[in-house]
Amino acid sequence: MTLMSYRQALHDALRSEMLRDENVFLMGEEIGVFEGSYKITAGLLAEFGEKRVRDTPIAEEGFTGAAIGAAMLGLRPVVEIMTINFSLLALDQIVNHAAKIYGMFGGQATVPLVIRTPGGGGQQLGATHSQNIELYYAFVPGLKVVAPSTPADAKALLIAAIRDDDPVLFLENLALYNTKGEVPDHDTPAVIGKAAVTREGHHLTLIGYSRMAHVAKKVADQLADHDGLDIEVIDLRSLRPLDRETIVESVKKTHAAVVVEDDWLTYGIGAEIAATISDGAFDYLDAPVRRVAMAEVPMPYSKTLESAALPSENDVIQAIYQTLDAIGHRRTKTGPHD
Amino acid sequence: MTDRKRTTRKAPTRAGGSPAALKAERALRLLDFYREMLFIRRFEERAARGYTQAFVGGYCHLNLGEEATVVGLMSALRPTDYLFTNYREHGYAIARGIDPKRIMAELYGRVDGVSKGWGGSMHMFDLTHRLLGGYGIVGGQLPLATGAALAIDYRGGDEVVMCTMGDGTTNIGAFHESLNIAGLWNLPIVYVVINNHLGMGTTVEKSSAEPELYKRGASYRIESERVDGLDPVAVATAAQHAIEVARAGRPYLLEVVSERLRGHSVVDPAKYRSADEVAHLKDLDPVHAMAARLVAEGVSDDVTLAVLDQEVMSNIEEISAFAEASAMPDVSTLFDYNYATPVPNDSRRLPGQPLFAANPTSGANQ
Repeated sequence: MTLMSYRQALHDALRSEMLRDENVFLMGEEIGVFEGSYKITAGLLAEFGEKRVRDTPIAEEGFTGAAIGAAMLGLRPVVEIMTINFSLLALDQIVNHAAKIYGMFGGQATVPLVIRTPGGGGQQLGATHSQNIELYYAFVPGLKVVAPSTPADAKALLIAAIRDDDPVLFLENLALYNTKGEVPDHDTPAVIGKAAVTREGHHLTLIGYSRMAHVAKKVADQLADHDGLDIEVIDLRSLRPLDRETIVESVKKTHAAVVVEDDWLTYGIGAEIAATISDGAFDYLDAPVRRVAMAEVPMPYSKTLESAALPSENDVIQAIYQTLDAIGHRRTKTGPHD
Repeated sequence: MTDRKRTTRKAPTRAGGSPAALKAERALRLLDFYREMLFIRRFEERAARGYTQAFVGGYCHLNLGEEATVVGLMSALRPTDYLFTNYREHGYAIARGIDPKRIMAELYGRVDGVSKGWGGSMHMFDLTHRLLGGYGIVGGQLPLATGAALAIDYRGGDEVVMCTMGDGTTNIGAFHESLNIAGLWNLPIVYVVINNHLGMGTTVEKSSAEPELYKRGASYRIESERVDGLDPVAVATAAQHAIEVARAGRPYLLEVVSERLRGHSVVDPAKYRSADEVAHLKDLDPVHAMAARLVAEGVSDDVTLAVLDQEVMSNIEEISAFAEASAMPDVSTLFDYNYATPVPNDSRRLPGQPLFAANPTSGANQ
C-alpha cells in the first residue's frame, strides 16, 4: 500500500496499463504537451510518445467518435474529456454510437473504450463548467458508468474500465483530485457494477457516489464520534450497472436511508435509489427516503451563492437528524450541528 | 453471394494484352457492373414490395438510381479494406459480397439477418466482409470511420477505410471535425459524398453555402474530385485514384454526383419534385443507361439482357423466400447483447417485471 492522491492513482493506472498493453493509448485536448488540464497525464507524452498520447483538436464529437472507431478495430483508447460539461458536444457519439454498436449489430463489434472526465462544482467555474450530468450516461443501456470516490478505487476501477470490452464512462471529480488515501501496489482491477459498504452501521443508510461518497463517509465518522450514531455508508462506485441489492440489503437492516448526490434533485440518481428502496425494502422503511442534492439552478459564480447551491456536510447531517427524529431515534448526546 | 449467378470478379487478366483481349476484358467488366447494378435494382424493388407487404418495417431507404455509384465504388476496394456507410446501404452490403439472403433477412428482422435482426435496414454490419456498419444518424459514421483509419495507421497496416455519406452530411459538425482530424494525422481514409441533389426534400443549393461539395476538402488540404455517379467505370476509376492516395497515407474527398429515382425512403412520395424533374429522371436511370450502352457497344443484346433479368428476378424470389422462412429472434435472446464483458447487476427485466421478488423477505432478485 502507498499513500497517494486520487490524481496520482489515476496517473499510475494509466501508465501501468499502457506498459501492459500496447493497444492502450490516450486521446484528448491538452493531454500531451500541456500534460492535461488537471495533470493526470503528466509525463506520459515524454514516456510513450505522440502515437500513444495524442493531443487532439478541440473537437469532442470528432475525437470521441474516432476513439470509438479505433476501439471497434481492437485498440483500447482512453479518451480524456476535459470536463463532463464538454461531453455534451460528443453526446451523439457516446449515446447513439458507443452505447449502441455492440447490440445494434448483433454482438459483432465491441467498443473497448474509456471516457475519463471530471464533474464537480465548488471551483467558482460558473454555470457551464460546474455540472454533474453523469445521469445522462447512467440512463443509457450499453454504457457502463463508474464513479470512484477514493484513490484506491480510482486506480482499481480505471484498470477494470480499460480491460473491459464495453464503453465505460469514468467519472472523476475536481474536488477529489488532491484527496489522499492508501492505494494497493498491485494492479488488480475492481469489479464494475458493485457498490461498497464503506462503513457499517445500523441506525441509517447513507448513500452517495464520487465526491458525495467521500462526504458521506466523513459525516458518518463525525456523527459516530460526536453523537454516538452508527450510520452505514454505501459508496455506489458504479452508476450503471447499479448495485441495487447492496442498497436494499442495507436498508433492510437500518430501516432508513438518506441519499446524497451532487447532481440536481428532480429525476436525479437519488430518485432512482429511492425508487429502488421503495421496490425492495418498502416494508422495512420507518421513514421516507430523504434526498440531499444540488439546488436546481444553473450554478452561480459568486462564492456565497455557489456554496449555498452545493450540498454541504451540514445539509447531510440535518437530513440524517430529521429522518432519525421522524422515526423516534434520539441522539445519545448533543451534536455540533443542531 | 453463394448462389448468385454472376461473372466472378477476378483480377483483370492481362494475357497477351492484344486489342481484342483488352476489348473482351472491358466488355466483361461492363457486363459485370451491369449484372451487379441490375441485381441491386431488383433487390431494392423487392425490398420496397416487402415493405408494402409489411415484411419490412421501420425506415427503408433504397439505392434506386445509385446503382452505378455503388458498384463503381465497391469495385475499387480490396476485400481487406473497410467500409462505413449510412442508412442507404443495401446495395453496398450486396456489392461488398455479403450473401443477399442475409441482407433481405435483416430487412425482415430475422435471425439469419446480417445483424441478427437487431439492426434493420439502416444498421447492417458484417466483419467478414469488412462492412463496419450502416449508420442511421446523419454523419454518425464519419468520426467512427476516421477512428478506424487511425487504428490502421496505429498498427502500420495497409488497409484503407472508405466512408460514404449523403450531400446533406457535409453540413454537419462531425464532417468538419473528422476531415480536420484525418488531414492533421494523415489517415488512410476516403470520404465519399454521394450527391444526389437532395437531403430528404431540401436541395444542395438550399442547404450548402458551397454547393460544389468536393471543394470543401480544400479547408483541410485534402485532395478532392467530383465524378459522374451514373457511369460505373468513371466512378471506379476515380475511386481507385482516391484509394491509392489514401493507401499512400493521405485522406481523400470524392464527390459522386448521383441520382435518387424515388423518395427519400419508401414512404416518401417526393411531392416536392416537379413533373418535369420526375420525367427527366427516366433519362438519368443508370441501369437503363448501362443496358443501352452494352447494346450500343455490341457487348450484349436485348435478348441476352432480358434473359439476365429473368435470372436475377428468379434469384431475388429465392432470396425473399429465404428471408420469409427465416425465424424471428426468440424473446429469450433480448438481453444477449447487453454487454460484451459481463458484469454483476446488469438489468435484465422485461417491462412490468418487478425489480425485486414480490416477497420482500426473499431478497433481491437479480
